[in-house]
Amino acid sequence: MSESTYWFQPPPRPSKIPLPPEEPKIPPVEISIDGSKVVVPAGATILDACKKVGLDTPTICYHDTLTPVNVCRVCVVELDGSRTLVPSCSRKAETGMVIKTDSERVRHSRKMVLEFLQSSVDLSTAPQIVKQAERYGANSARYGESATPAAANERDHRHAGHHEFPPGNRAQTVAQPPKIDNDLYVRDYAKCLLCYKCVEACGTDAQNTFAIAVAGRGFDGRISTEFNNPLPDSACVYCGNCIGVCPTGALSFKSEFDMRKEGTWDESKQTKTDTICSFCGVGCTLSLHVQDNRIVKVMSPGEQEITRGNLCIKGRFGYSHVQNEPDKDARTR
Amino acid sequence: MFGAGGGTNSYGEVEKTDVILLWGSNARETHPIFFHHVLKGVHNGARLFAIDPRRTSSARWADSWLGLDVGTDIVVSNAVAREIIASDLHNKEFINHATIGFEEFARSVESFTLEYAERESGVPAAAIRDMAHAYAKADRAIICWTLGITEHHNAVDNVTSLINLALLTGHVGKYGSGLNPLRGQNNVQGGGDMGALPDRLPGFQHVEVDAFREKFNRKWNATVPPKRGWNLTGMFHAMETGELKSVYVIGENPLQSEADRTRTEGLLKSLEFLVVQDIYLTPTGEMADVVLPAGAGWCESEGTVTNSERRVQRVRKAKEPPLGARDDVDILFELAKRLGHDWGAPNSKDIWDELRSLSPVHAGISYDRLDTGHGLQWPCWDESHPGEMFLHSRLWEKPLNGPPVSFTPVAHDPPVEPLTPEYPLRLTTGRRLDDYNTGVQTSGFSSPLRRGETLDLSPEDAETLGIKDGEIVRVVSRRGAIEAPVRTTQSLRPGLAFMTFHFQDKVNTNILTIDETDPKAGTAEFKACAIRVERLGN
Repeated sequence: MSESTYWFQPPPRPSKIPLPPEEPKIPPVEISIDGSKVVVPAGATILDACKKVGLDTPTICYHDTLTPVNVCRVCVVELDGSRTLVPSCSRKAETGMVIKTDSERVRHSRKMVLEFLQSSVDLSTAPQIVKQAERYGANSARYGESATPAAANERDHRHAGHHEFPPGNRAQTVAQPPKIDNDLYVRDYAKCLLCYKCVEACGTDAQNTFAIAVAGRGFDGRISTEFNNPLPDSACVYCGNCIGVCPTGALSFKSEFDMRKEGTWDESKQTKTDTICSFCGVGCTLSLHVQDNRIVKVMSPGEQEITRGNLCIKGRFGYSHVQNEPDKDARTR
Repeated sequence: MFGAGGGTNSYGEVEKTDVILLWGSNARETHPIFFHHVLKGVHNGARLFAIDPRRTSSARWADSWLGLDVGTDIVVSNAVAREIIASDLHNKEFINHATIGFEEFARSVESFTLEYAERESGVPAAAIRDMAHAYAKADRAIICWTLGITEHHNAVDNVTSLINLALLTGHVGKYGSGLNPLRGQNNVQGGGDMGALPDRLPGFQHVEVDAFREKFNRKWNATVPPKRGWNLTGMFHAMETGELKSVYVIGENPLQSEADRTRTEGLLKSLEFLVVQDIYLTPTGEMADVVLPAGAGWCESEGTVTNSERRVQRVRKAKEPPLGARDDVDILFELAKRLGHDWGAPNSKDIWDELRSLSPVHAGISYDRLDTGHGLQWPCWDESHPGEMFLHSRLWEKPLNGPPVSFTPVAHDPPVEPLTPEYPLRLTTGRRLDDYNTGVQTSGFSSPLRRGETLDLSPEDAETLGIKDGEIVRVVSRRGAIEAPVRTTQSLRPGLAFMTFHFQDKVNTNILTIDETDPKAGTAEFKACAIRVERLGN
């Protein structure tokens, strides 16, 4: 490169701040929620409108950065003129809509969804969902004792359309032993309520690796790799973005899983600090969860435009080189 | 070329562009989260062209893969330019308005016909033509590159040839159009911005311009030397001539990261005094007279880094360093004190504020603003400025704001080391997804993807040589020989071999690489050396 005009003098600053071209303006829409009027931008969902009026709408399968799949049905609301309840997370607001979010029908429907989930899925690491269940008065005890947990891999071999009812008055369950087939992830599908978020994060919404999908049907539906291969034999690239969106702890870092098992996982002793990953020049924000001066979990904030909550294997797991004990000498690092 | 070294676009613009040229970059593995944005662009309908000798995991997402021979980038880019001009697709309005030197440039690419380019680069003429037309006709188009462009003996020419394409089509200075080098480390961009370049003071202010230097002299109450220093390659050369006798290495492992390890080792050994400051006792550290243990910058100290979209971002201390290790800044302050200069108590915010007072492009980026958001892009001229989303919009202002930009003709110059019957294979190097550089930071975690170092060969070459997958072979270049297991992969064409440099404690790839460097930038030709492969026991 020649030492040209502004090799020595910087170019002048632009006279206007560079901005993207303006989007065409579409008029906002006005809808009614529980009797009050609310105006939202065109393209906003009923859920966005509910948030705007300060309503706390329960959601499970909804996630800011993922395409809604409408599977959990816990966010349903009553829409005047609609035969069925509609999922607020994906239904776009249209001018003139009249919405009820707290009718008997809505409350009943939300309660049933949460009760079924509570009866069949281990929610011990999903306090948010447990809170929702309490709010709607879900009482899964009335379905009786849980059926016997499946043996390891047994549920993975059930055939679609060959569903067998459990004996007598026991509640169906997805209970089964966790899958531990590598040093980074644990898949504890006894905690999986099939929200599809992991599949979406692994698919076109973020990672585009397509290592996992929903296999089977009905109550035998499950998240599976191709041919139910162990993760190391699958397409998985260990970005951990599925763990990042899992709402129940069914997917977790092995570090967290092991500490919970040992009883040493203690969120009250953890700090969370945002910093920047060092492994390339993209500049991903890492939220480092640190307990006793050791990194125990690495996440990324979803509202950050660079990562949208996603990371790669290096950012997510490449911290072992700083896992020194605080009293250890620098020379032994 | 444009007066500031930084990616011209923001990542989000890649999602809204029409054509993406990914040149010499396997972003899918080396910049995975940037590639998420590329994929959003692809899903939104952008056409992706991958220009890479290897059919990488990034190239598998491309509409078209241009598998060129290593070191023929300028052949392809000049042919693209010639085809655009010959088809009358160049942006005459932009060229007249904002550039100079078009006529000379047009003459310089005249001989780069599609037929010549196909013969010289191995890329089918139709594929080059298709890319030229797509790039020129697009409303918005972005070129991204990585070390496949810059780790050559003619790195600067390679970059220049891509800039010429943007000038020719007006794909720069606009939303969704521009030129973006993807940086390999979290602060490659920031390091340069802060003046860690031989000829720059912070904010790209040239050290040989009196007015800039005087500003710093006044602030520091000291005299900045009026001449540029050496780059890394220049330093090694100066060690060779005996001009450089003492070296202070901070956070670098040159013994393993430099090309031609045997030479590097000899030169480091010849030093009178070597200081290494690092988070680890690296092999370079083991050679040092003094080792200063440092905290890990990204999680054991406070400060900022700057990413590939020029975004200044806060790094924060999340944990304590091990006993005896100290923050890099603490070490430097203490050193200054022992040398008789008391700079007071180190504080990253004070240092940053001093920088802001000296570097106009950083003036508006305060710690308060950094802490309440997710970083700010330079240039950011004052505290009410949002930071520039894309650079060089001045080129579209009427009348033109500032001087025009110059086309710079560049000639094709093949890799220094030709292929010969004795060394018939082209070895190129790079990174894999789950490991990083010399492995100092990544070797400790248990990656299920890791297979260790391999010599990757095309199935065809492996068959010709009678080598089975997994067989350990001897790899020989003009500088040395190493042993490594072979892995065959469809991503390589016959004649091309690939290795990383992640596992040098076991396999010393840089014994093989060549230290021919670019005379302007000093980058070494890691991407092209000549090797032969021998079966053991023969």
